[in-house]
Amino acid sequence: MNTILEVKDLQTYFRTDAGIVKAVDGVSFRLDKGETLGIVGESGSGKSVTNMSIMRLIPTPPGKIVGGEILLDGENILEMNEKELSKIRGNRISMIFQDPMTALNPYLKISTQLIETIRLHQGLDKIEARKKAIEMLKLVGIPAAERRIDAYPHQFSGGMRQRVMIAIALSCNPEVLIADEPTTALDVTIQAQILDLIKDLSLKLNTAVIMITHDLGVVAGMCDNVCVMYAGRIVERAPVDDLFESPKHPYTNGLIQSIPRLDEKSSDRLYSIDGQPPNVIDLPECCPFHPRCEKAMDVCSSKYPPVVELEGKRTVACWLYEEKN
Amino acid sequence: MSDTNKEVLLQVDGLKQHFPIKGSHNVIRAVDGISFDLYKGETLGLVGESGCGKSTTVRAIDQLYKPTAGNVIFEGVNLADLKKNPLIAARKNMQMVFQDPYGSLNPRMTVSQIIAEPLLIYSQRKIINMTKEEISKRVDELMEIVGLSRFFKNRYPHEFSGGQKQRIGIGRALALNPKLLLLDEPVSALDVSIQAQVLNLLNDLQKEFGLTYLFIAHDLAVVEHISDRIAVMYLGIIAELSSSKDLYAEPMHPYTQALLSAVPIPDPKIERNRERIVLEGDVPSPDTERVGCYFCDRCPKRMEKCKTNIPELKVVKGDHQVACFLYE
Repeated sequence: MNTILEVKDLQTYFRTDAGIVKAVDGVSFRLDKGETLGIVGESGSGKSVTNMSIMRLIPTPPGKIVGGEILLDGENILEMNEKELSKIRGNRISMIFQDPMTALNPYLKISTQLIETIRLHQGLDKIEARKKAIEMLKLVGIPAAERRIDAYPHQFSGGMRQRVMIAIALSCNPEVLIADEPTTALDVTIQAQILDLIKDLSLKLNTAVIMITHDLGVVAGMCDNVCVMYAGRIVERAPVDDLFESPKHPYTNGLIQSIPRLDEKSSDRLYSIDGQPPNVIDLPECCPFHPRCEKAMDVCSSKYPPVVELEGKRTVACWLYEEKN
Repeated sequence: MSDTNKEVLLQVDGLKQHFPIKGSHNVIRAVDGISFDLYKGETLGLVGESGCGKSTTVRAIDQLYKPTAGNVIFEGVNLADLKKNPLIAARKNMQMVFQDPYGSLNPRMTVSQIIAEPLLIYSQRKIINMTKEEISKRVDELMEIVGLSRFFKNRYPHEFSGGQKQRIGIGRALALNPKLLLLDEPVSALDVSIQAQVLNLLNDLQKEFGLTYLFIAHDLAVVEHISDRIAVMYLGIIAELSSSKDLYAEPMHPYTQALLSAVPIPDPKIERNRERIVLEGDVPSPDTERVGCYFCDRCPKRMEKCKTNIPELKVVKGDHQVACFLYE
């Protein structure tokens, strides 16, 4: 099969004084080789926890992966021990974080951080690893890479630091790259550079990318398929064109309509979804969106909607589509 | 807004704000000479990337910093000349809303204390005359205006979500019935669905109370949505200033063109077919005095004279102002 990563019914909970936080509650998706999958949602929707779970980076306690399977090429990551995990992290699945300043060690030269990764996973000696490191920096477009490799993170600008992060993440030719809000901390002109870079490299190296973002504009430009998350669940999954053309879930629809757009003059008032995102502590067993939903029905407040398969590889978790199945 | 009855509320003239660097003779030229007029009832958007001086401009207007040079004339009075007490009185009609709704509300004060604070301060200074009962009534009224239930008035900021906190901040800014609101990235810390709610609220308030807004944001789509006119800033100067419609229809400055082309549009079909102008390099450090165009290091259309001459912000067409030699 073409699938590289499959997440099945993942549940990650956190125990807090206020109760159990179901940060991720039954998330399933498949990632094909070379695909770019977007995961969008607002803060607290469980995007980052999903991906931290894939990397097995959930701090335990208080967090715990309580159920589900994460299959990398058929092997369940959740059943691996630390030794097996370290062969996967950074080597087969790599991650880029939102804030490149905190993700890089400020005390160490870029060269040390790059060479460490390369030597650890590829068993090269120091000289070869350094060569490879310079090659990677060139690939991500750092000028004068031979000289810049011995600089410290603070000597780079935000955009350049993110390039270094990408160089480290891709240095071992991972099969999956998880990019967690990689451009949120950057300005738009730099964002455009970094997104282009991720796109080009993922094509060149045939890397599958999971792109976590809250920016629907970024999703539209980068992704093949999109999962929309709300309160720890995927409410809709669709190919990117279909999602923007005909969003099925009322939340997706509201989200797309509530962003002001540059290319069309909007009216005075923006469409807005009323209310606040729910607190994910002790959520009742019902559709978490129903208090804010325009199309809410009686059943929405009593039972969680089933995931309905629609035409064209789409799924939606909403009672509106139940009878059509 | 019709052109015939434009009344200038705020005039910024040659404003400069430099900050000293410790142990160096150089200064950070955060704002390096900007001029614009703000008309009554309009929304002027200020856009630009981080470090371009948007926030410093607004803070210098509010006299939170003492400007290095230039005048800030608000309702006919030059704020830059005023001493402390007359400044406080003059500032009554100019209030600020900050970016971070978490950091700009005192966590140890209740909502009613927060919203009442400006009223109390101005009462103590005898600039306004309100009794305790009047203030308490006004707080209830303000909470209703910004869409918060008055039953929350004894709660603390941490009990509210980000969007609600921003409503508290807006309520506090409206307490003294100001004419001008300085909004420093008021929605950028908020989620998309909440952002739309706050933008709609600002829109309604402007209509209801005839407010004038100076609106800062780095999100160009948000600025376009809310502004009548937009000023694009780069490295401490204004590169282009025009009506929001013209700016997006026909951006003139090469920087504006690049900036607009970099904004992702939430439509995959449009995104695939767009031409991006990708700028080289990063924004240079603002610690040296410029002898040429501020944008010339990164400009795809630079000419020989851009390196040694500084283009002035000039009217090119209608009320479209650009600082670029391409249009001379």
